[in-house]
Amino acid sequence: MADRTLRGKTAIAGIGETIYYKHGQSPHSEFKLALQAIVKACEDAGISPHDIDGFASYGNDRSDGPRLAAALGVKELKFSNMFWGGGGGGVCGAVGNASAAVATGMADCVVAFRSLAQGQYARYGRSGAAAAVMGEDAFLFPYGVMSPAQRFAMKITRFMHDHGIRQEALRGIALACYHHAQKNPNAVMRGRELDEEKYDASRWIVEPFHHLYDCCQENDGSAAVIVVPADRAKDMAKKPAYVMACGQGGDHRSAAPVHNMPNYPSSHFGKLAPRLYEMAKMSPSDMGIVQCYENFTGGVLMSLIEHGMVKPEEANEFLVKDNLIVEGGRMPLNTSGGNLAECYMHGLELVIESVRQIRGTAINQVKKNDAAIIMGGPMVTPVSSLILGSEATL
Amino acid sequence: MSTHYLPEGLPTPSSGPDGLAAPYWEGTRAGKLRIQKCNGCKAWQWGPEWVCHRCHSFDLGWEDIQGHGRIYSYERPHHPVHSALNGHGPYIAVLVELPAYGNIRMVGNLLGDPLQTVPIGGAVQAVFEPHDSATPPYTLVQWRLV
Repeated sequence: MADRTLRGKTAIAGIGETIYYKHGQSPHSEFKLALQAIVKACEDAGISPHDIDGFASYGNDRSDGPRLAAALGVKELKFSNMFWGGGGGGVCGAVGNASAAVATGMADCVVAFRSLAQGQYARYGRSGAAAAVMGEDAFLFPYGVMSPAQRFAMKITRFMHDHGIRQEALRGIALACYHHAQKNPNAVMRGRELDEEKYDASRWIVEPFHHLYDCCQENDGSAAVIVVPADRAKDMAKKPAYVMACGQGGDHRSAAPVHNMPNYPSSHFGKLAPRLYEMAKMSPSDMGIVQCYENFTGGVLMSLIEHGMVKPEEANEFLVKDNLIVEGGRMPLNTSGGNLAECYMHGLELVIESVRQIRGTAINQVKKNDAAIIMGGPMVTPVSSLILGSEATL
Repeated sequence: MSTHYLPEGLPTPSSGPDGLAAPYWEGTRAGKLRIQKCNGCKAWQWGPEWVCHRCHSFDLGWEDIQGHGRIYSYERPHHPVHSALNGHGPYIAVLVELPAYGNIRMVGNLLGDPLQTVPIGGAVQAVFEPHDSATPPYTLVQWRLV
């Protein structure tokens, strides 16, 4: 039986992003933003949107594949896929699902995308709850535990408590993301530099660890990547970023209701990460490009630890700005600014930045650019991760 | 003077059309703290579900328990995300672990000074907070340090 693996079978051949906006500032509807990103990704790949034959998304994206297929004049729709679960837990999973469809011959050219206009629709940071709530929400909302920041903060509190990790480690993550955004013309936080004093003085969103700058933005925008078979990608317009591995899921009962997951202080990558590296036949030290989804900086901390990029006992010492920036840093992190400072594009901007890094066309270009790890949506279930590589990693 | 920890106007709990959580909410109205216990394998289970996660029995019972726990984690939200909380200031939510009942966990508010230091591991006792004038009336379970 042939190896059951995605390793090297598909590649990202095109990337597209809209202008990124602060929430409420997009002049375009969410669906139009989706179309713009997909058309741009096709242009980048040198293909016609008529030749897309599949759509994969996540986070309950409202721009559904069949409508997109009709709008774009897709000749034949072969794959239409939504990744369960909220937040950006599905960002890498959507790329993985697109790859699985392409690798198995179900489809030939699948776009993985996300479109999100928090201005047109509800903001994640405001409760749009009804007067009466049921299910799990009934055990949380009446106590003022409503927004994502509030729903995840207690995991971070306990993790920091268990490992003796200090606020400064989270500050280092935020400073690096804001630093990288300053050169990125499409970063919403370009021109808004962050330093230690500004971070320390920023207001609490949720004590004890979530200052304002530990929390992602709320934005409007869309992003898309085109996934094709590896042997086709090598003859296309742009240098391919090969999909070396994807992992998705959660550990034992990590979606147990009312905070009853057995492994509580976790980003829930602990079981997934070994599978990911095994499929890629790579290890954490191979990853020159590190992109980690920031819903909150505490989620980044746990993701990095659970992917073996940092040891918990070294987190206080290692997670400082100088180690995390592209200029001389040992582990440049979120080199386009990420969810904190580029755009909360539900993490797909991190996948796109990884492709630019592998191509060698990033604004904050890293030198060791053959392999990228992207970690998506810490603390939700399911989460997902992705390893991309250049031809040299095949 | 309100006897409620948080301001009026927050979403109110409903057991929903499927009735899964109804025994819990009926219990709190009667001053009883009640969680699921599997009649097959005797495992405790929280939050409520239709099947036992351990032995897959659908014969799940509800058992009254003592409201003794310890603080497993906490948070102090400052930013108001709901209009009912505008201008209210910080408050404390705690995640309470119940060692006598399979370490199941419950979320509530920690009564007292909202700026108090919260001890992880601290012993807490359940306190019923009735909302009698709500339509329909309901009772929350809050926690205080002992």
